[in-house]
Amino acid sequence: MSTVFGVPTQALFGQLLIGLINGSFYAMLSLGLSVIFGLLNIINFAHGAQYMMGAFAAYFLLQWSGLGYWWALLVAPIVVGLFGIVLERTMLKRLYHLDHLYGLLLTFGFALVIQGMFRHQFGSSGLPYAIPAELAGGQNLGFMFLPNYRAWVIVASLGFCLGTWYVIERTKLGSYLRAATENPALVQAFGVNVPRMVTLTYGFGVALAGVAGVLAAPIYQVNPLMGADLLIVVFAVVVIGGMGSIMGSIVTGFALGVVEGLTKFFYPEASNTVIFVIMAVVLLVRPTGLFGREK
Amino acid sequence: MATAQEIATATVLETPAASAGHQIVAFAVMVLLLVLAPFLVYPLFLMKALCFGLFACAFGLLIGYVGLLSFGHAVFLGSAGYISAHAAKVWGWPPELAILAGTAVAGALGVVIGALAIRSKGIYFANITLAFAQMVYFFCLQAPFTHGEDGIQAVPRGTFLGVFDLRHTLTMYFVVLAIFLAGFLVIYRVIHSPFGQVLKAIRENEPRAISLGYAAERYKLLAFVLSGTLAGLAGGTKAIVFQLASLTDVHWTMSGEVVLMTLLGGLGTVFGPVVGAFIMITLEHYLAQLGAWVTIVQGLIFVVCVLTFRRGVVGELAQLIGKPL
Repeated sequence: MSTVFGVPTQALFGQLLIGLINGSFYAMLSLGLSVIFGLLNIINFAHGAQYMMGAFAAYFLLQWSGLGYWWALLVAPIVVGLFGIVLERTMLKRLYHLDHLYGLLLTFGFALVIQGMFRHQFGSSGLPYAIPAELAGGQNLGFMFLPNYRAWVIVASLGFCLGTWYVIERTKLGSYLRAATENPALVQAFGVNVPRMVTLTYGFGVALAGVAGVLAAPIYQVNPLMGADLLIVVFAVVVIGGMGSIMGSIVTGFALGVVEGLTKFFYPEASNTVIFVIMAVVLLVRPTGLFGREK
Repeated sequence: MATAQEIATATVLETPAASAGHQIVAFAVMVLLLVLAPFLVYPLFLMKALCFGLFACAFGLLIGYVGLLSFGHAVFLGSAGYISAHAAKVWGWPPELAILAGTAVAGALGVVIGALAIRSKGIYFANITLAFAQMVYFFCLQAPFTHGEDGIQAVPRGTFLGVFDLRHTLTMYFVVLAIFLAGFLVIYRVIHSPFGQVLKAIRENEPRAISLGYAAERYKLLAFVLSGTLAGLAGGTKAIVFQLASLTDVHWTMSGEVVLMTLLGGLGTVFGPVVGAFIMITLEHYLAQLGAWVTIVQGLIFVVCVLTFRRGVVGELAQLIGKPL
């Protein structure tokens, strides 16, 4: 067995893979938060709960209607996204004229309600969700064993992230969105329906959380609290990347997942805190985050 | 800078002179109720409510009068609790020194976190304090002296100032009441001091305050440290009362709870956080057997408060009588 710095490479690559997997979820969730924050100026505290809803939607689809993983990947985000749209239309909308902090508090309240209801119904232990048959098994790469499903998660997450980046930064629709981020009143004056755009953007950000939830279901168990603590880490990721920056959240998401994985390998005691330490350092040097701009 | 204005509109405009009279009456009523209460209600429950009341007041100073939403205030409550419990149990310190040690550590943490976070505003500030709080949480989870999931148990209450034996519940209660009232009066004094007026000026219009020559960041930092220190006082006291310091008090859900207490009681009111804390602790007491329902009800109260009841209980009351409370 080969070694690096006197440690087996197999374990190192194992941790790197876990880091990349975690990074995939950090990237997708912080991307959704960034998209929402960019246009609505709201920190969506319900993001973790919506991620959990995505996983549960996949579980329900399988249990109740026999629809498997691939259908879940399509249907669950739509369901969760629609839920987000209803939330935005009926409640968040009323808070736009107020301080943005109220938006944070409202979504926080929602996260508590949703997580509480799921916990009441399903307890705190996880429900299993099987890896789809097409992606079972794995590849022996010589230096490590790569389960197919994990490879798929990384590829899919990259795909969703880059797709979102492309739509926002390179298409006409995205240019409307960016314009509305800068100056909604002016964009509205040009005849663009900004309120509808805001609703759809929120729905889209929430749907991204739903996708992440479906991707996560076979890896972590489907658990009412699966999003709660993850969300706090994702907040730190968003602060490091710079709030509202699309590419920033993708790059920092993956990078911090890898850094966390490496820390778990070289200095396990610090693996939980390393992201927060990085955040403190980044804030000292660049208060707006690595990719953020003064707003 | 919507932050400041929106919170301000939720409060009643106040002038120092007009506010004094009936606030003294309200204060006297509060003291009277709290002195009589232990003879009517379970004292341990009251002590819990008082500790959280002080915690919420400390937090309310920051959001109500500086316009800063800290989403990591559990850090101060929890870490002070650990230090006080450790000092009382392992080092055998008397309770007053143990509580002071916890308070001092909370203040020191306030300096560090505040210095890093104070440059950011609004949502950024909330996010950053939350992340720091989580960092401290993981530290407490792993540090050997906190005993991880078990927490520090069976902390001796000891003898307060060498005179009052705290093993008697009523003695303990009146010591806690004294600490609470001292903290409350400090906050009241701060709010109505020239320093407090500058804080309100910064809340209303920070660039203007700066242009008038006030070093806004230093004022905000001082307010943050003060708020953290008093939250630490609450945490240290709580650890001695319940003879326990645990992870619950450092977890971010506790930070959410204190936001809820203050919001429910009324942002930018002096008495609001105390009322909010009493309501929440009562609710939790009765809902405790129902498990996850506590979270659901808390969440619903959040939603209702934010959507329709932004002034909070005391804020509505103040609006009713047309005077600040």
